[in-house]
Amino acid sequence: MNELITIRDMCKIYNPGENEVRALDHVSLTINRREFVAIIGQSGSGKSTLMNMLGCLDVPTSGTYILDGKDVSTLTDDEQSDIRNKEIGFVFQGFNLIANLTALENVELPLIYRGVGARERRELAERALEIVGLGNRSSHRPAEMSGGQQQRVAIARAIAQAPPIILADEPTGNLDSGSTKEIMGILKRLHEEGRTVILITHDNEIAASAKRIIRIRDGQIVEDRMNENV
Amino acid sequence: MLEQKAIIMLLEGIRDTLYMTLVSTLIGYVIGLPMGIVLNLTRPDGLKPNRIIYRILDFICNIIRSVPFLILLILLIPFTRAVVGQSYGSSATIVPLVICAAPYIARVVEASLNEVDAGVIEAAKAMGASNIQIIFRVLLVEAKTSLMAGATITTGILLGYSAMSGTVGGGGLGDIAVRYGYYRWQTDIMIVTVVLLIVIFQIIQNLGSKITAFFDHRKK
Ligand SMILES: Nc1ncnc2c1ncn2[C@@H]1O[C@H](COP(=O)(O)OP(=O)(O)O)[C@@H](O)[C@H]1O
Ligand SMILES: [Mg+2]
Repeated sequence: MNELITIRDMCKIYNPGENEVRALDHVSLTINRREFVAIIGQSGSGKSTLMNMLGCLDVPTSGTYILDGKDVSTLTDDEQSDIRNKEIGFVFQGFNLIANLTALENVELPLIYRGVGARERRELAERALEIVGLGNRSSHRPAEMSGGQQQRVAIARAIAQAPPIILADEPTGNLDSGSTKEIMGILKRLHEEGRTVILITHDNEIAASAKRIIRIRDGQIVEDRMNENV
Repeated sequence: MLEQKAIIMLLEGIRDTLYMTLVSTLIGYVIGLPMGIVLNLTRPDGLKPNRIIYRILDFICNIIRSVPFLILLILLIPFTRAVVGQSYGSSATIVPLVICAAPYIARVVEASLNEVDAGVIEAAKAMGASNIQIIFRVLLVEAKTSLMAGATITTGILLGYSAMSGTVGGGGLGDIAVRYGYYRWQTDIMIVTVVLLIVIFQIIQNLGSKITAFFDHRKK
């Protein structure tokens, strides 16, 4: 079975009642293992909401979500945390690094959450920093790095424990074009190495690096096509 | 200028003042830090919102903080006597100082933790951190410098309050200032105690700022 993610008829309604917002409106979607998918849509179209669902960060109002054969909605909070920790690496627009910790310590965090011993943790974190080309910056703190470098640290943090899925929500939204190229290059490489990469963006040009493009508008999928140019 | 007896008395005053200030800050944090953490966790958009717990702690903090310290000092005399065995002297003064400091510290801690970037907490949650891990690995780490700055301010305030307790026989430099300056018109001794208080305050403030700056990695 090659299906990694199956969403059926998912709705997410914020503030149910009078001024409710239908952020996801009957979305159905299947993503296979090792795909590189871009989810594209304008601001407010429901991309981040969909990312929260895919990442088990929030519960849908209705619909089902099957991740790697498991029905996520029936899992407890702890089990969902466990899935997030093992299966998914998150990359955010705002990097979300801890300012008081060095690059290496930031990358070690998810491994700490998982209970990996100090020695192994260090090795894994160092390797992850090398993958994103920051092996020589491990003792730097976020304030001492450029935006692009900070996002690379965040990617290292996301891949430190080798999760099969990378979920990136507007990872280049705060970056200049040079850093954007770098980050996209890293994401492409992570995909080539066998990971499933789900990239959320409002930028057509960035989405063009993906093999499959899903367009979302007002909480509905309005287009889902393979990208012939890649 | 001052006779030896006066110098010894002043030295003991410094010792007592430092003792009251530091011990009450320390015990204040033992109580106030967890209170502040719980306030932050249980607030409506906290990690574990809980209206009842939040309201109770919020109420306790507001009540105690709205009573002027001198009144608290007097109100607490029976309680202090029950705890320490006497209601005057430096050890006895620590009781009202702690009771006054704990809710203040809880507020300072709550404010520091509330400042922590929601995105960083979101990332930790996304990576599968438990609430305990978020508290110790993210919130307290990220708020470290702000917490230290808060602790410096708190220590300074408690120094002032410990001196104020001199009016009711609290011991330390404030006590000396009141006994000699106010009751006996020995202005020279009073001036020396005031200068000493200012110097101690400056030392606390500078030391606190230095330590805070040393641990601050948020900016270059
Ligand atoms: N926590 C929330 N509460 C209420 N409305 C929300 C919340 N999060 C998002 N929304 C609304 O849902 C819609 C989709 O938002 P979002 O998924 O963030 O869009 P995007 O990421 O594509 O910009 C928007 O109209 C937004 O205002
Ligand atoms: Mg968004």
